[in-house]
Amino acid sequence: RKSLTFNPHEPAPDLVLTPQAKVISHNNFYEFGTGKTDPAENAQRLRTEPWTLTVEGEVEKPGTVDVWKLMGEIGLEERIYRMRCVEAWSMNIPWVGFELGKFLKRFAPTSRAKYVAFETLYDPEQMPGQRNRYVGGGVDYPYVEGLRMDEALHPLTILSVGLYGKTLPPQNGAPIRLVVPWKYGFKGIKSIVKIRLVEKMPPTSWNKLAPQEYGFYANVNPEVDHPRWSQASERFIGPGGLFAVKRQPTLPFNGYAEEVASLYSNMDLRKFY
Amino acid sequence: MTGQWKKPAASGLQVAVHIGALLPLLWLSVAITDGRLGGDPVKELIHYLGMGAIRLLLLTLLVSPLAKAVHVGQLNRLRRPLGLWCFAWATLHFAAWLALDLGLDWSLIGAELVKRTYILLGFSAWLVLLMLAVTSIPALLKQMGRNWKKLHGLLYLVVILACWHFWWSVKSGWIEPAVYTAVALALLAWRYQAVARWARSFR
Repeated sequence: RKSLTFNPHEPAPDLVLTPQAKVISHNNFYEFGTGKTDPAENAQRLRTEPWTLTVEGEVEKPGTVDVWKLMGEIGLEERIYRMRCVEAWSMNIPWVGFELGKFLKRFAPTSRAKYVAFETLYDPEQMPGQRNRYVGGGVDYPYVEGLRMDEALHPLTILSVGLYGKTLPPQNGAPIRLVVPWKYGFKGIKSIVKIRLVEKMPPTSWNKLAPQEYGFYANVNPEVDHPRWSQASERFIGPGGLFAVKRQPTLPFNGYAEEVASLYSNMDLRKFY
Repeated sequence: MTGQWKKPAASGLQVAVHIGALLPLLWLSVAITDGRLGGDPVKELIHYLGMGAIRLLLLTLLVSPLAKAVHVGQLNRLRRPLGLWCFAWATLHFAAWLALDLGLDWSLIGAELVKRTYILLGFSAWLVLLMLAVTSIPALLKQMGRNWKKLHGLLYLVVILACWHFWWSVKSGWIEPAVYTAVALALLAWRYQAVARWARSFR
């Protein structure tokens, strides 16, 4: 992993980071297997260099960028965010990246751009989960995700290219991934190759797999439980072993309500989960 | 040759069952102290204990078909230690969920038990196992007579509940629970007459 140059984020004094060793060994990246340690084991040979990202659809200036060049010129900053997985665990992670909105504006979105659709690399040769349904957990690949335009343009939404000051390891979605801190982790699509601005709400992978369990919005919400488990609290993955694990209350919008609640002011969040 | 084993051979197998069920627990305690359970050790521990319990459950049900197949009735002596070990693993699985995952927050535990069908299924299975474990004392077996058999037939129900609990607890990927359920159904199908007789005994 290469070192990155970025504007650091001064964390609150009481903030406890999840140790880097856990951030890079406990992952969901079903393209490399459904077990939490499978991605760290199976993703190491993913060829992340060179890597291009195409932006197309409802934009005046579609284009393809060299992601490694982009890292050098765009101006990176650190963002320490809580990552809340839909499986009711969370981590505090120092990401390095840039605002998605600023990046998208380079391509001049048209007035018809209402949603943003993302797509992960599809390469069954490199990704065992795409070759075999059993390894890949039954997900229909390539993995796709989406955001509403206002969500995508929100300053909290970033494309991340690194964590703990260095480029992303493959299991965390190298070389470029989405991080939307007020949504469940599965919205943070990894190893992105394509971004398409569209007029209609795009399909999303987990919603396709189990629509009654995973919605398009997937905002962290302690009031709306997953049909099979509670979302009211979460296990925080911090330093220490088995007996250091702490359960903490889950906050509306994962603690970012002040910044983002207004985006959903007219919506019934029980219906649009 | 009647195929009957001498007692020492059967007790040798019983010792093997005890060692087989105990060793993974010892490994687990080492893994816990070593921090080898990964980033989310609570989940890993609960899953490991649950998988052990369901395997022991299927092994318990495998004994009588096996004893019949090889004509060694003495093998049936393994049912009691396997069943009790299944209960022990299931109890640890349940205790880990109560204490480590939910931190003995009784209001949360109560809410989860009521709201989550898969947790209710697992809890019901554990309650039945508890009854079976308590009544597995040899003295009670004689005292209860036919009722003992009736009660212990509930193991057929436990295996269904356990597989269902497993199936609904996974986020995605139904293949692994499907394999366990198929084995459970095969073991029940093999003894369908015994199961039917047991079901009729409640009329």
